[in-house]
Amino acid sequence: MMPSENLRTKITAQFATANFQEALEMPAVSVSKKDFPKLMAFLKSDPELSFDYLTDVTGVDYLKQERDPRFDLVYHLYSFKNNQRLRVKLGVPDEDLDVPTMSELWKAALWLEREAFEMFGFNFVGHPDLRRLLLPDVFDGFPLRKDYPLRGRGERDVIMDLK
Amino acid sequence: MSDIVQGLTTDRMVLNMGPQHPATHGTLRLVLELDGEKVIKAEPHIGYLHSGFEKLGEYKTYNQWITLSDRMNYLSPLSNNIGFAQAVEKLIGLEIPERAKYIRVILAELSRIADHLVWVGTHALDIGAMTAFLYGFEAREWLYDLFEHTTGARLTTSYTRVGGFLKDVPEDFEQMVKQFLKKFPKVLKELHGLLTRNRIWMDRIRGIGYLSKEDAINWGVTGPVLRGSGIDYDVRKNFPYLIYDRFDFDIPVCDDGDVYSRYLVRMEEMAQSHKITEQCIKDFPDGPVNVADEKYKLPQKEKVYDTIEGLIHHFKNIMPGHGFPVPAGEIYDATEAPNGELGFFLVSDGSNKPVRLRVRPPSFVNFAPFDLVMRGYMISDAVAILGSFNIIAGELDR
Repeated sequence: MMPSENLRTKITAQFATANFQEALEMPAVSVSKKDFPKLMAFLKSDPELSFDYLTDVTGVDYLKQERDPRFDLVYHLYSFKNNQRLRVKLGVPDEDLDVPTMSELWKAALWLEREAFEMFGFNFVGHPDLRRLLLPDVFDGFPLRKDYPLRGRGERDVIMDLK
Repeated sequence: MSDIVQGLTTDRMVLNMGPQHPATHGTLRLVLELDGEKVIKAEPHIGYLHSGFEKLGEYKTYNQWITLSDRMNYLSPLSNNIGFAQAVEKLIGLEIPERAKYIRVILAELSRIADHLVWVGTHALDIGAMTAFLYGFEAREWLYDLFEHTTGARLTTSYTRVGGFLKDVPEDFEQMVKQFLKKFPKVLKELHGLLTRNRIWMDRIRGIGYLSKEDAINWGVTGPVLRGSGIDYDVRKNFPYLIYDRFDFDIPVCDDGDVYSRYLVRMEEMAQSHKITEQCIKDFPDGPVNVADEKYKLPQKEKVYDTIEGLIHHFKNIMPGHGFPVPAGEIYDATEAPNGELGFFLVSDGSNKPVRLRVRPPSFVNFAPFDLVMRGYMISDAVAILGSFNIIAGELDR
């Protein structure tokens, strides 16, 4: 395992704006949208870091905390070489949900980003197949947002009627 | 001859497989595009069992959500229970007692055996070998008897609680585990005898469903599928949790990347789980199974009746709208479930319910490259390849 100090120096040397935090179980980095694709490409391709495995992609909605930006897009990476995990967070405001896709770097992102799209409404620019995955194609709305009610908005009845 | 075959032009046919198909084990649907008998494209359509577990998690307290975790991978509910409880404990910073760790390891490994037994049985059944199914299910039944005796339920176990367990294991737990361990090697040997060098079995599953090392990493597959493609990764070894670092066991890896290698990996994993459980039960300690802090456990009945603190803790634990608060923060914590890395990403704002409860399900990431591994093989291989991934729809769709 690589000491997280090294990781911090390596990342902040390249990306001055990156905010590096020591979290409970793995270090976390948050960056601006402009630097995000460059940082991800760097993390994957740098021979010393080589974060070649994408564990998870998901979103968090901070509507109730009234945070700005409203959403976090969270990527969990893993490096086989260093046996090291890393969390990369990107703040996404409600007004601008366009985010670059990571599916060119990691194929694993293909389905994981589709899920993040249908649940939160992130628009992954450049994703080759951005359709709903778990929910029906006619479904309207993003269920994991905090302003979406637990029991839905009657989509179930609409879908039953379609049959 | 080959000229004639090449000259034949046939229309491509689209074949719909599922959502109701005996080999899909749950509800998932494949749309196969065929050229003759060859599959040229396979598109999975999933979501038939989507039940919004992640959304529900934001409306339930942490201990309430444990009942939902049963329903994800319903072949090994205990592994889910353990994974989730552990993630919450790490976020709080709770250290569970020694005995609880031992029980968790034993139950997790026995669940792995149960899961793999069902897997090998149904996988063989799909391909046409019914005998292995019957042998596997008999042994799995012994385990389910053990689970029922311990937790009170065969499937919806809901046995763990944050900070320990619902209750201690029954008195004869140790003896039952030992009995099972004594009987199990014979079953494994029989299964090996029925399948491993069986000519028909090998002809059916060798060299199909190939997933290369690079693709396995890039597509983020996990568990036996990853190890079946020659990558030595197991959360139990790479990020040891509970007390796995105390035991001597190996991580089976097979380089071929086909269905047969995934089969071999799973078979060897059962033997390794047996080995871990044996070491574990040998020095099974006495003591409490819950943390001492009464905020995180139901107090003894005498305390509830006789002391005001006991009564408060009791009500705080079970009344709607209460439940213990979890410090603000976020955590990603993974355990090695039978299907691979089962991760939980929790975000807490300091209240008694999570802001976000994300499950990283192994079946989901394993199923994503299905199109890639299916292309170019015959339609009759579809069932064998699908079986080798052990897709559990409950976990896939959540």
